[in-house]
Amino acid sequence: MEGTLFNIFAGLTVLSALLVVANPFSRNPVTSALFLVTTMISISGLFVLLGAYFLAAVQILVYAGAVMVLFLFVIMLLDLREAARRKLNLVSLAMGIMAVGALFSVYKSSIESKYGEASQQQEVAADTGQAEVKMVGSTRALGQALFSGDKGFILPFEIVSILLLVAMVGVILLSRKEPR
Amino acid sequence: MEPTLSQYLLVSGALFAIGLLGVIVRRNLLIIYMSLELMLNAANVALVAMSRFNEKAETALDGQVMVFFIITVAAAEVSVGLALIVALYRKRQTTDVADLATMKL
Repeated sequence: MEGTLFNIFAGLTVLSALLVVANPFSRNPVTSALFLVTTMISISGLFVLLGAYFLAAVQILVYAGAVMVLFLFVIMLLDLREAARRKLNLVSLAMGIMAVGALFSVYKSSIESKYGEASQQQEVAADTGQAEVKMVGSTRALGQALFSGDKGFILPFEIVSILLLVAMVGVILLSRKEPR
Repeated sequence: MEPTLSQYLLVSGALFAIGLLGVIVRRNLLIIYMSLELMLNAANVALVAMSRFNEKAETALDGQVMVFFIITVAAAEVSVGLALIVALYRKRQTTDVADLATMKL
């Protein structure tokens, strides 16, 4: 059951991410933005499978909600027409694909050597202890980890709130009509 | 059958590679920005997966707390970046990176 759901969400994530970057049917940025929404929603499905329920909700609220509305708003504000198909530099395209493919294969082989077949038994052994860790990503547990006791994250939390304030002021300053 | 940590990390790596490909290959500034978001989310998936398969109870949630902060910072970053893109578009009437090459040698 969990394996099937993982396959569905992982496939959907990778497929729609590919369609964000290289959609063969449309060059319209709006299409890319809508496929980015699909990617975010399937990533939040992966978070649910990993037991991070609060983060799954936040992922949908912040990314599929706020960030994507911002993206669509800007795309439509700029009134981008379907970009004229420029002559693609084939050499740089091939080089880019090769570089990224090489990077991915290095990453893949390093994962397989570290977490692959050899360490499979360990994970099976850990599975027995995972029954009570199952609810670990609930809102209450995450809130306690954030705010409680000696190992809390209260100072980073406050710094992040100031960062949000600074970002808001910066955006207002940047988008004024006549920057002085 | 329960998916293993390496499967989750593989999805995260694929997502990161796709985002990097978008940053390298695409020319539209907005789509480059969306690809950056994809790369950030790849890191989030890896962090949550690591936190799930962490066996020590006292650090089990650290990865999720990290993702919480990453999502917050990413929201701030998106708003500032899009404001920059709008300001740039007002000045230059383009979002194609090939036209924004004044600093190129």
